[in-house]
Amino acid sequence: MSDTTTRAVVGVSDRQQGEHPSGDNRFDLIDKHLKRGRYAQDQLIETLHVAQDVFGYLSEDILIYVARALRLPPSMVYGVATFYQLFTFDPPGDHACTVCTGTACFVKGADDIVKGVSNAYDVPAGETSEDGSLTLKTARCLGSCGLAPVVVFDGEVLGHQNTESTLELVAAAVGGVD
Amino acid sequence: MAAPIDLHEVMDREREERFRTRWRVKACASTACMSAGAGATIQAVEDMVEREDMELEVQVIPTGCMGLCSAGPLMRMMRRGGDETDYQKVTPDAAKEIVRSHVLNEEPVPEHLLDTTMPFFTSQERVVLANGGVINPDRIESYVAHGGYQALEKALTSMKPKQVIEEIRRSGLRGRGGAGYPVGSKWSLLAAAGGKTKYVVANGDEGDPGAYMDRTIMEDDPHRLIEGIAIAAYATGADQAYIYVRAEYPRAIERLDRAIRVARRNRLLGRKILDTNFSLAVEVRIGAGAFVCGEETALMASIEGRRGTPQLRPPYPTEKGLWGAPTMINNVETLANVAPIIDRGGDWFASIGTEKSTGTKVFALAGDIVNTGLIEVPMGTSLREIVEEIGGGVPDGRSFKAAQTGGPSGGCIPAKFLDTPVDYESLRELGSIMGSGGLIVMDDEVRMPDVAKFFMEFSMDESCGKCTPCRAGTVQMHNLLQRITDGNGTRRDLRDLEHLCSVVRDMSLCGLGQSAPNPVISTLQYFRSEYEALIDEEEVVHA
Ligand SMILES: Cc1cc2nc3c(=O)[nH]c(=O)nc-3n(C[C@H](O)[C@H](O)[C@H](O)COP(=O)(O)O)c2cc1C
Ligand code: FES
Repeated sequence: MSDTTTRAVVGVSDRQQGEHPSGDNRFDLIDKHLKRGRYAQDQLIETLHVAQDVFGYLSEDILIYVARALRLPPSMVYGVATFYQLFTFDPPGDHACTVCTGTACFVKGADDIVKGVSNAYDVPAGETSEDGSLTLKTARCLGSCGLAPVVVFDGEVLGHQNTESTLELVAAAVGGVD
Repeated sequence: MAAPIDLHEVMDREREERFRTRWRVKACASTACMSAGAGATIQAVEDMVEREDMELEVQVIPTGCMGLCSAGPLMRMMRRGGDETDYQKVTPDAAKEIVRSHVLNEEPVPEHLLDTTMPFFTSQERVVLANGGVINPDRIESYVAHGGYQALEKALTSMKPKQVIEEIRRSGLRGRGGAGYPVGSKWSLLAAAGGKTKYVVANGDEGDPGAYMDRTIMEDDPHRLIEGIAIAAYATGADQAYIYVRAEYPRAIERLDRAIRVARRNRLLGRKILDTNFSLAVEVRIGAGAFVCGEETALMASIEGRRGTPQLRPPYPTEKGLWGAPTMINNVETLANVAPIIDRGGDWFASIGTEKSTGTKVFALAGDIVNTGLIEVPMGTSLREIVEEIGGGVPDGRSFKAAQTGGPSGGCIPAKFLDTPVDYESLRELGSIMGSGGLIVMDDEVRMPDVAKFFMEFSMDESCGKCTPCRAGTVQMHNLLQRITDGNGTRRDLRDLEHLCSVVRDMSLCGLGQSAPNPVISTLQYFRSEYEALIDEEEVVHA
C-alpha cells in the first residue's frame, strides 16, 4: 500500500496552509466532490469513480476514507466497489492496452490479439505485468464496432487492429520482448 | 429567474446564420469518425478557412454520426440553398482540397465522393437519428433550429398529461430496451400511481456488446433525450428524473451534463419550465461496469449507490421503485422517439412499420459485412434487405452464415430465414429477440459453437451471483462449451448442455439468467451438425 494513502487516514500534523489534512492534496478532489453531492450516501459510486480517477486505483485506505465521509459501513463500501468491474484495487501499469472483446470485435478476431499480447508480455488479461510496465485489459464493446477489432492504447482508440499491429504498438511504448 | 428561451426567435437567428456563408462544411465528429481521424480533418479545414480568409465564404460545423462509420471520416459540402456533396475517408489533406475545389472552382473531388444513392442511404428512414449529421450536438440553438423543444412546448401549453399519454398510446410505440413493452401503458401506470414524488429514469446502460445506438443518441443528440424525458415526466406527474449512463461512455456523460445545464439555463428544465407550473430536475448517474445493471431493478439499486443486484418483480417499479417511490424506466432510444410523436402525431408514427411493431428501429450493423455503421429502418424491413442491400453483403467473396441479434440474450438467425421481417414477434418466433439493436453478421468462417461459448462466457462473467441457477448454471454451461469447442466433448456433454439450458432459463431470478441460454439454444437449433461434428471427430480419434 502506498505511503501517501496510509498517511491519509492516520492524518499528519505537520500540514502547511492550503494543504489537505492528510498531507496529500489529492484528497481535496474527493472532498470537493463529496461536498458538491452534500455527502449523500447514494453518491457512493460517483465518489468511487472520482477517487479512482485521482489515485488510479482504490486502496483499502481510500475505501475507508470514503466510507467514513459518507457514514457508510466499510463492508458496504467494499461490497459495492468489488461488485462493479470498473473499479480496480491494484495500481495500474505505466501503459494500458485495452482490447475490445465485444461481439463485433470477437467476430473479427479480438481473442487472438488478447492471446498474442498476453503471451508476448506474460501478462494475463485483466492484470499488470510483473515489472509494472503494462496493464492488459479487455472491454465489452467500445461503441466503435464499425472499426472492429478495436484496441485502445494509452487512451488512443485504434481501429482495424491485428495481433502484429498491436504488438508493434506495445513494443514501441513498453519495449520489445526477447 | 431568467426568461425562458424563445424558440421562434432562436430559429430565426439560426436561419440567418445558415444563410450567412455560401458554403457550409458539415463534418462527422462522432466517436467512430473521431477514431478514424476526424479530429485532425476538422482542424485542418478550420485552420485553412482562417488562414486563407474564407470565413465569409465557409463555416465549419461538427455534427453527430452520419451513419456509415466504416467509411469515416465523413464530410458534407453544402451549398447555400442548393446541392449537397458527401465525401468519405476524408484525410486532412483531402479535406482541404475538397473545400478549396468547391469554393474556388465549384468542382467536386471525385476520389473521395460518397455515393448517397446507394441503398445504405436510400433505404433508411430516420426518425430517431434524424439529427445525425445535421446538428451540432454542442449547441442547443442547433437543436432548436431543427424543430427541437417544439414538442415540449406544445405538450406543456396545449395538451393535458392524459392527452400526451393518449398520443403515445396511439403511436403504438413499444420499448426499445429489449422486451417491447407498450410505452403508453407503462406511462399510464406511473400516472395512476399515487405519492408525492415520482421518478422517470432513462436507461442508458446499453449492455449488449455490439450495440451503440443509445450512446450515439446521448452523445450526438442529448437534447432529444432530455426533451423526451421532460415530456414523459409531464405526462406521468414525475418531478425528478435520472439518466443512467454506463461509465464506459465518458463523452456521453459529459455531453449530457452540459446539455442539462444549458437546458436549465434556458428554462427547459428546472423550476416552472417555460413559465408553466411544471418543474423537473434531471441528473446523470454513472454505472461502473456491470451488465446486469441494465435490468431495471438492478439499475435502481445502482442509482441508490448499492450493489446492482436485481429484485423479484412484482412489485413493479411503477408501484415501488427508487427509494420506494413509483418509478418508470424507459430505454434511451424509446425516449428519443417521444418528441417526434408529439410533434407529428401518434397516427403518423403508427403509419411507419408494421401493425404491431410501429415506427423505426436503429441497428448497429457490424461483423462480416461491407457497410458497418448505424442504420435506422422501418420495423418490418426484411433481414435480407438490411444485410444484402443496406449492408452491402458479406465481403471477401465469402457467404452469409448467420445474423446475431439481441446480444447475449438473443440468438443466431440462419440464411434460410433472411426474408423474415424484423419486428418483435417474428424475431422471437425464430428464437432470437430484437434486443437493443445490435446486429452482427457472421460469414461461413465463424464456428457457431464458438459464438455460443463467447456469449456464455459473457453471461457467466456478468451473472451477479444472487441466484444459483444463473450463477452456477452459466459456469457449468461454459465448461461444457469449452470442452466441446476444444474437441473433448461427448454426446453426454451435449445432452447435459441442453438440459442446463432449460434449467437456467426456467429457474433464474432475472432476465439475465432467463435469457443466457438463448445463444446456445438457437445455435443448437440451427447449427446442430457443427456441435456434432466436433464431438464425432473426437470419438473417431479415440477409437
Ligand atoms: C440482464 C438485462 C440487461 C438489460 N440491459 C438493458 C440495457 O442495457 N438497456 C436497456 O434499455 N434495457 C435493458 N434491459 C431492459 C430493462 O430491464 C427495461 O426493460 C428497459 O430499460 C425498459 O425500457 P423500455 O420499455 O423503453 O424498453 C435489460 C434487461 C435485462 C434482464
Ligand atoms: S464490439 Fe468492439 S467496439 Fe463494439
